[in-house]
Amino acid sequence: MSTASEEVLLSATGVSVSFQVGSALAARFRGQERLLHAVDGVDLEVRRGEALALVGESGSGKSTLAQALSGLIRPDSGQISFDGRVLPAARSRADRRRIQMVFQDPYSSLNPRLTVGGMLRELLRVHQVVPRAQVDEFSKELMAMVGLGAADLVAYPRQFSGGQRQRVAIARALALRPEVLVADEPVSALDVSVQATILNLLQQLQAELGLTLLLISHNLAVVRHLCDRVAVMYLGRIVEVAPTEQIFSAPRHPYTRGLLEAIPRLTDDVGDDRKPAIAGDPPSPLRIPGGCRFRTRCPMAQPVCEQSDPALGAAPDDAGHLAACHFAFTPAPLSPAPLSPAPLSPAPLSPALNENERND
Amino acid sequence: MSAGPVSTGPVGGPVDTGMILEVRDLRVRIASRRGVVRAVDGVSFGVPRGGALGLVGESGSGKSMTLRAILGVLPPEAQVTSGEIRLDGVDLLQLKGAEVNRLRGPKMAMIFQEPMSALNPVMRVGQQIAEGPQIHLGLGRAQAAERALELMRRVGIPDPERRFRAYPHEFSGGMRQRVMIAIALSCDPEIILCDEPTTALDVTIQDQILRLLTRLCRESGVSLVFVTHDLPVVAQVCHDVAVMYGGQLVERGEVREVLLDPRHPYTLGLVRSAPDFEYVRESLVPIPGSPPSLVSPPSGCRFHPRCAFAEDDCRVSDTPLRVLPSGRATACLHYERTLEAIEADRARP
Repeated sequence: MSTASEEVLLSATGVSVSFQVGSALAARFRGQERLLHAVDGVDLEVRRGEALALVGESGSGKSTLAQALSGLIRPDSGQISFDGRVLPAARSRADRRRIQMVFQDPYSSLNPRLTVGGMLRELLRVHQVVPRAQVDEFSKELMAMVGLGAADLVAYPRQFSGGQRQRVAIARALALRPEVLVADEPVSALDVSVQATILNLLQQLQAELGLTLLLISHNLAVVRHLCDRVAVMYLGRIVEVAPTEQIFSAPRHPYTRGLLEAIPRLTDDVGDDRKPAIAGDPPSPLRIPGGCRFRTRCPMAQPVCEQSDPALGAAPDDAGHLAACHFAFTPAPLSPAPLSPAPLSPAPLSPALNENERND
Repeated sequence: MSAGPVSTGPVGGPVDTGMILEVRDLRVRIASRRGVVRAVDGVSFGVPRGGALGLVGESGSGKSMTLRAILGVLPPEAQVTSGEIRLDGVDLLQLKGAEVNRLRGPKMAMIFQEPMSALNPVMRVGQQIAEGPQIHLGLGRAQAAERALELMRRVGIPDPERRFRAYPHEFSGGMRQRVMIAIALSCDPEIILCDEPTTALDVTIQDQILRLLTRLCRESGVSLVFVTHDLPVVAQVCHDVAVMYGGQLVERGEVREVLLDPRHPYTLGLVRSAPDFEYVRESLVPIPGSPPSLVSPPSGCRFHPRCAFAEDDCRVSDTPLRVLPSGRATACLHYERTLEAIEADRARP
């Protein structure tokens, strides 16, 4: 973990990203577009030098938010600021250089027809990171930084193992001397014994280069190991933000609590008869429930949760712990919900079944 | 076949050891361009009736091939070259294909990682669950459909009457895996073989599926073989675990003993390299090097090139799994060194 300052380096304010689903023709027949709200009005602050984790299940919008922050996707609305300056929708080359990404799958994120050296040379020339004469030398330095040799510069991605490819991907991101490194599930595609080497490398680089790290992960053990703060996402919203130890020891949002409880542990009893931590499937992002979007799976949902959408607010005694739940910082209601039981599966339904529910 | 404790196999005579499944010295070879891959090389284990065995290892360790060999669904380029696979005393390797087909369903069932590719996309879900009982248990259409509905209720598929007529693509990943579980249970098997059944699922859905699977197996006394790369998942589902490396078993024992107090340097390496949810270490300890080539595996212990404790004898002697006085088994010649390393780990603040 790093020694982070309080200074905000990168921030999102009211950022929304949606995707049109289905064909444009179908949208014209229907008279309206079907929009999938992947990220729905998110505020997030990344502090200089910290390692911030963005966790959540698939479909929570964590990767979309990361791509919006990196400038790979333009948000529909909201602002992204870097170092106190609002970034324009079309970023300059210099702005793009400052935020770099490492992707999940090192098998598809590297150009198979370029050698590692060729790839780095192209980047360094286009962005004019170093004078032409120093390109080769700087490439070697980058390789050494990620634990590869100068000889690897002439190799193609296919000649590397998964872990080595991820090192190449990290070298590529670092080539532009970024201030923020956004790593989207950087170890999920790797075997356990290889994961450790990449996690250690990220930790070491962050400390040595003073990088700000935004780590997207579904693996909370990885997050706990590497990050200073954690932001939890659910269905396009951030539902809780807090320092890592607080998220793990005193989570305030019922979703965070369920997520932590759902993780299998070595100390669990075999065939333990506890109920699952969270019942049901996440609702489809095409039909987000009104009010609090977690209420359909929430063990403590109350009528108020259906009526009003809780905002992300700070704990009364701790400005650094935010949660979006009506009962996050007040005593939870004792009686279980008087609501009708949550629908178990608002799973992706077929278009035919969907017709009945579309106007809900 | 009767479900009596002693069954008479057609080959090899009656053998009842209290084991529903016994694998002995299994060897699987795969032909490839680079040569013959010794994917499974002398693996032996047993699964007691009603027991659950986890088979863990990294990709290429041979765990999935072992499972596929038991099921008789190896890819065409792979073949079993020697060994015995006794299911309820009967050696499956001595049976003809059609005879094994008759056992798949009522004796052994399977659950794979990707339910979408395991289910038939153009067949209604209810029909897929009813198919087994119609073929293997001789139920009529209406009876089989009734049984399918009952199974859908048991695995927690809401609104089963409507869902019976749905197709797999209309289900979420978690619901599809529930359908797979219903199909696996549909003919009352004695053992279910699972290959990474929750790897493709989100953690809250994984939690639901693991709890469902363990509860149903316990209720109906079904045994489990559970292949996974995820150590905590094994701890939640299985009593015993066998660790695979380079096509061989390197350690076996009660799950928590093996994972918290390993007797093989590879298991120790796996545990040390994974970030732990319960406590945070200063840095992770990766296993150096990379997994062995199974075309020309290292001599002696296959882990020796990556092992910090390797000595001269590790490079030359074969290292079969041997049972320790505690009842656990290890393939390591110098497992005491692992003990010392754990002690040292614990002594550190």
